[in-house]
Amino acid sequence: MQLITCPWCGQREEIEFHYGGQAHIAYPEDPYALDDEQWAQYVFFRDNPKGPFAERWVHAAGCRRWFNALRDTVTHEFLAVHDIRAQHPLTTGTAPAAHQRKGQEVS
Amino acid sequence: MTNPFRARGHGHIDRDTTLTFTFDGRPYAGHPGDTLASALLANGVHHVAGSSKYARPRGVLAAGVEEPNALVQIEAPFPEPMLTATTVELYDGLVARGLSGQGRLSGEPDPARYDTMHAHCDLLVVGAGPAGLAATLAAARSGVRVILVHELPQPGGSLLGSQELLDGRPATEWVGAVVAELDTCPDVRVLRRTTAFGHYDDGLVLALEKRTDHLGAAAPAHVSRQRVWRIRAKQVVYATGAYERPVAFDDNDRPGIMLAGAARTYLNRFGVLPGRQAVVFTTNDSAYPAVLELADAGVRVAAVIDARDDVPAHWRTACDERGIDIRAGHVVTGTSGVEHVSRAHVAPFGQGRLGDRQGIDCDLLLVSGGWNPAVALFSQARGSLRYDAAIGAFVPAQDLDAVRTAGSATGTFTLAGCLADGADAARRALSALGTTGPTIALPATSPQPDAAPTRVLWRVPSPRDGQDGAHQFVDLQRDALVSDVLRATGAGLRSVEHVKRYTTIGTAHDQGRTSGVMTSGIVAEALGVDVADLGTMRLRPPAVPVAFAAFAGRNRGELFDPVRVTALHPWHVEHGALFENVGQWKRPWYYPKADETMEEAVLRECRAARTGVAMMDGSTLGKIDVQGPDAGVLLDRLYTNMMSTLKVGRIRYGVMCGVDGMALDDGTVIRVAEQEFLLTTTTGNAAKVLEWMEEWLQTEWPDLRVHLTSVTEHWVTIPLVGPRSRDVLALVAPGLDVDNDAFPFMSWRAADVAGIPARVCRISFSGELAYEINVPAWHGITVWKALFEAGSPFGITPYGTETMHVLRAEKAYPIIGQDTDGTITPQDLGMSWVVSKKKPDFIGKRSFSRRENRRDDRKQLVGLLPADEQLLLPEGAQIIATSDIPAPPVPMLGHVTSSYRSDALRRTFALALVRSGTQRIGDTLYVPLDGRTIPVTVTDPVLFDKEGTRRDG
Repeated sequence: MQLITCPWCGQREEIEFHYGGQAHIAYPEDPYALDDEQWAQYVFFRDNPKGPFAERWVHAAGCRRWFNALRDTVTHEFLAVHDIRAQHPLTTGTAPAAHQRKGQEVS
Repeated sequence: MTNPFRARGHGHIDRDTTLTFTFDGRPYAGHPGDTLASALLANGVHHVAGSSKYARPRGVLAAGVEEPNALVQIEAPFPEPMLTATTVELYDGLVARGLSGQGRLSGEPDPARYDTMHAHCDLLVVGAGPAGLAATLAAARSGVRVILVHELPQPGGSLLGSQELLDGRPATEWVGAVVAELDTCPDVRVLRRTTAFGHYDDGLVLALEKRTDHLGAAAPAHVSRQRVWRIRAKQVVYATGAYERPVAFDDNDRPGIMLAGAARTYLNRFGVLPGRQAVVFTTNDSAYPAVLELADAGVRVAAVIDARDDVPAHWRTACDERGIDIRAGHVVTGTSGVEHVSRAHVAPFGQGRLGDRQGIDCDLLLVSGGWNPAVALFSQARGSLRYDAAIGAFVPAQDLDAVRTAGSATGTFTLAGCLADGADAARRALSALGTTGPTIALPATSPQPDAAPTRVLWRVPSPRDGQDGAHQFVDLQRDALVSDVLRATGAGLRSVEHVKRYTTIGTAHDQGRTSGVMTSGIVAEALGVDVADLGTMRLRPPAVPVAFAAFAGRNRGELFDPVRVTALHPWHVEHGALFENVGQWKRPWYYPKADETMEEAVLRECRAARTGVAMMDGSTLGKIDVQGPDAGVLLDRLYTNMMSTLKVGRIRYGVMCGVDGMALDDGTVIRVAEQEFLLTTTTGNAAKVLEWMEEWLQTEWPDLRVHLTSVTEHWVTIPLVGPRSRDVLALVAPGLDVDNDAFPFMSWRAADVAGIPARVCRISFSGELAYEINVPAWHGITVWKALFEAGSPFGITPYGTETMHVLRAEKAYPIIGQDTDGTITPQDLGMSWVVSKKKPDFIGKRSFSRRENRRDDRKQLVGLLPADEQLLLPEGAQIIATSDIPAPPVPMLGHVTSSYRSDALRRTFALALVRSGTQRIGDTLYVPLDGRTIPVTVTDPVLFDKEGTRRDG
């Protein structure tokens, strides 16, 4: 039973969370400017890397908040978690500082 | 009843108290502190059961959880199968019998309680031997939170089975002092009779505490019998000790053949002599203390057979003093005996060849092939192991960041080494925790000469069949032989994991504690590879057998899964409703009268709804309150139709789709106020829809000022249905103008119903004139009873989910998830009217114009009328084009999604998803059923009152 750090609640057991797929896939600005294939890319296709992967999670049985996480798909280790509103902070390699309180270390 | 095999002056048992027990139908006596195995041995009983495959007599090999042989079935006080006699604490009135292989579960429900505890600590220490106690003491004095779990009734581990001195006093005195100090530490918790059995992610260790098993019938009913501890530890030290392993030789499975260390334990912990005349076969030094202690306690040691050519002088001297014959460079090649070993055959063994054999009479043959560190939990924690050729065993390669091993679990086998290692492991764990502790003074151990090397010996060549090993047992529980291992390697298997599965070695309750490493050794020899490269079997949780009852804990019976009932539930029960499970909800299914069948009841309930008045409990409908200035905007983006234009007081039906355009859920939306909507979801979809809405709100449109709240359980919802529903409502809501013009379809009014403030909605899930009365749940029963009473002159009829389904299906109102399967669009359901043409975008819209979603051979919802008007098609039945079933693969056109018997239509009917369904209306298709095909006519899905004339009464 892995521990996942909710940016709002701190460490909780994984059973409280639901997985939300790849992060940073924005709803297209103008879906009608896309052809069927480009739209299908948005709807159906996601990356599946071996290693660090930016994902969305929701603390479903807790605060019900969605958040983003960087997780290593090989070790399952959460490398970072952060507020959903932060734009791509994980790709910069800087650890998220927002909403960190004592006892909520973000590893 | 006496114990003829007790040794005077030995053992930690209470000789003043006698316990009586029954084994295999015979009465025996033992003492508190005994295990079933020690009590049997004290009575001279070695034969426990026949072996599982070959029915060979088997006895007690070990003294702990590693026991592969002595399986027993407990019969009283409560039946429990497959326990090892070596771990069953003796209690008065115990009734047991030996078990060959599988046991028998009780047919009676287990009356005992089981529970679960959660605990958190800085350091978890597993094992209360010298290393574990030293580690715990060092950590405790630093002030961190420590949990120590150990599996025996008293702490001490291997010290209980030895005659070691610490600071010149019996070691158990030091153990007592340590435990007394730990008891004074508020942040230290010591759990005895507790076995850690699984190591999981992020320092989660599961342990089983046996709380009242040892009390038998005297166990208090209010105390849980067993408890699973879920311990979340920042640091873990496994001081789990080591298991002695045997050596394979011919007929090495007879009762009376025992591990040397086990015999030492039986003497020192239990005061039991496991025999009168012993032969001891060893490959290492560790058997010598057993030899000397047993000899001093009165066992005649006929010979020590040491496989090594050189026996250390101090052991030789000590044996000489006692007149014990040591045969260096010899091995035991086989045994004789009937029910019990009676003779060991020994021979010189050098350069791979056996010399001349000689028989030595004995009733006890002790074996030591070396010691395997107990690394199962460390291995579960993904700790890597390395082969240590000096001891012929796998040891932890290195500590993990948060998991360490200490003592003989690391391959350290001296007492002084184990104590120091335990203290050191604690120091490293404290350092990882960012703290330090005082250096603890370790007790002085008796001086020990350096240990001589072990001769790593997995098996002895058989004088009978050479290398075949057809009489040499590896896994005693599985009755697997050396010859089975060789058959596996002969079949081309090169991995111990494959050999394990081929031979079943290591798959029994004992997980191959005495056979696993031996198997690696034999496989390596057979393949001519290094054991270090071959590796050993991976050990998986649970490390010891754990009863399902313990895993279940309190989550049994009513607590197994939450049951949700509505505020009206007691009324339904009182009125004879039968219930249907919908998710976790119990919903009234139908209300049979007297001896009505379900079919009769449902037809009656349907008739009432279509001709008079009927009512149901719709409280389980998911309800989500949507509030905020942007509530309308959010709903416009999520529903296929326009919600923001809905006027306060009005209601609209809506469908939500996924981005793929497939219907996700449907329901009604009422506008409560300018900035408040209340929407309903399908009963089973409430949580999913809320999460879906939150997902978009939080991840895509966080700028929207909207709040979502589940209010499902806040409201009792009562659909009041039928041509006379207006009359009934008028009676209970005298202040409400129920006239059709004043209170039109798809509007709602706030009104007092039976004196209770209510929201009354004019919506219909049946096509009839209908109201949906929503009141705060607390007042639900008042309103329900008032409606029932007011309706009685009209013959008001309560109805359940089955009738609801028939009524809605007659009108082709789909159930998302029953009439759809995640590949069906609103258009496929014939509901293009619910898809807005005006809105520039909403979730799902872009997908509607995908080429795939515009194909005219998509599956569409249609009605089916079986040619035989009484034949009820099974839901899920397939639909084909021809009356003859063609050769496979049979082209399937679709399937039946809903099927009912209709009172209104006086016949059966069905809804179905059929490829190009709308183009097939009027066609005859076929449903294969019970070896024939049923002709069905495809129809428009709306089969009743297509014009909607009944809606306004």
